[in-house]
Amino acid sequence: MAIQLRSAAELEKMYRAGQVVHEVLNALRARVKPGLTTMDLENLAEGIIAKGPGKAAFKGYRGYPCVLCTSVNSEIVHGIPSPKRKLIEGDIVSIDFGMEVDGYFGDSAVTVPVGRISPELQKLLDVTRQSLDRAIEKMRPGNRLGDVGHAVQSWVELNGFSVVREFVGHGIGTKMHDEPNLPNYGEPGRGARLQEGMVIAVEPMVNAGRPEVRMRGEWVAETADGSPSAHFEHTIAVTANGPWILTRPKEMTGPAW
Amino acid sequence: MAKQPYVKKEKGDSGNPKEDAIEVMATVIEPLPNAMFRVELENKHRVLAHVSGKMRKNFIRILAGDKVAVELSPYDLTRGRIVYRYK
Repeated sequence: MAIQLRSAAELEKMYRAGQVVHEVLNALRARVKPGLTTMDLENLAEGIIAKGPGKAAFKGYRGYPCVLCTSVNSEIVHGIPSPKRKLIEGDIVSIDFGMEVDGYFGDSAVTVPVGRISPELQKLLDVTRQSLDRAIEKMRPGNRLGDVGHAVQSWVELNGFSVVREFVGHGIGTKMHDEPNLPNYGEPGRGARLQEGMVIAVEPMVNAGRPEVRMRGEWVAETADGSPSAHFEHTIAVTANGPWILTRPKEMTGPAW
Repeated sequence: MAKQPYVKKEKGDSGNPKEDAIEVMATVIEPLPNAMFRVELENKHRVLAHVSGKMRKNFIRILAGDKVAVELSPYDLTRGRIVYRYK
């Protein structure tokens, strides 16, 4: 199926959805501390969503039970919040969240340290975030999907980490998961050409150890070797003026997270 | 939320042509060169059948007169694949 192109008016609507996502993630990020459970984060998110427009995109998506995905340490993505999962000093937790506002979606994720973390984990977070920055930089008309994937893969592997193959970034708009798929690996110059109006959720998932994935139940993906994994994501529109990060305020500049 | 692009499909719509075959009973009439056999189906049609790779690997010998199960491709009903030899 063809990749949808969004008009300026549609992008404005997606930006509105993106702002709610940003507001929630930003609030949660500041609240993360040792002793909190992942269900506490879920409840905080629910509280913020209830006050604003739109509805959470994940809850009910293919039967997913919560508004957040909270993936701790070796969990890569789609960790389900639980009152039994308590965050402890030195953990890292990826918080992934999406909203639907007025029929349009926004999707974003950030991995947050819990208290003080080891230098190795900090490097994993830094490299993953930087790989997202590099990928976003490639989201310009005329570039190809392979250029974006390669930007992630080359930076991650240069730093001795690995990228997850089983999960990919995705087109987003009036559906949460749309065409195209955007793997976090690729060859420069391959894949579909980016055009003005395309909107894609770019989301590097980086394992400190080997790239293999093991599924725990229907949703939770963890690293097969038990190594920690980080995940950062933004919803990006391709525009004539370059990449537009829809899931943060326009005023913000600098690194993605 | 990350997209998982390679969702496992149910058996039967995997796109593998071997799964579209029709399985019928047959009797072996005569062995032919190249591990082929002339077999007679229950409906008296005679078709040319080869031995499936799985049977060859396990050295299932086939002689004239054996009752066998034959898979037919819906596209070419004159050829088949012997997938089981009854005792």
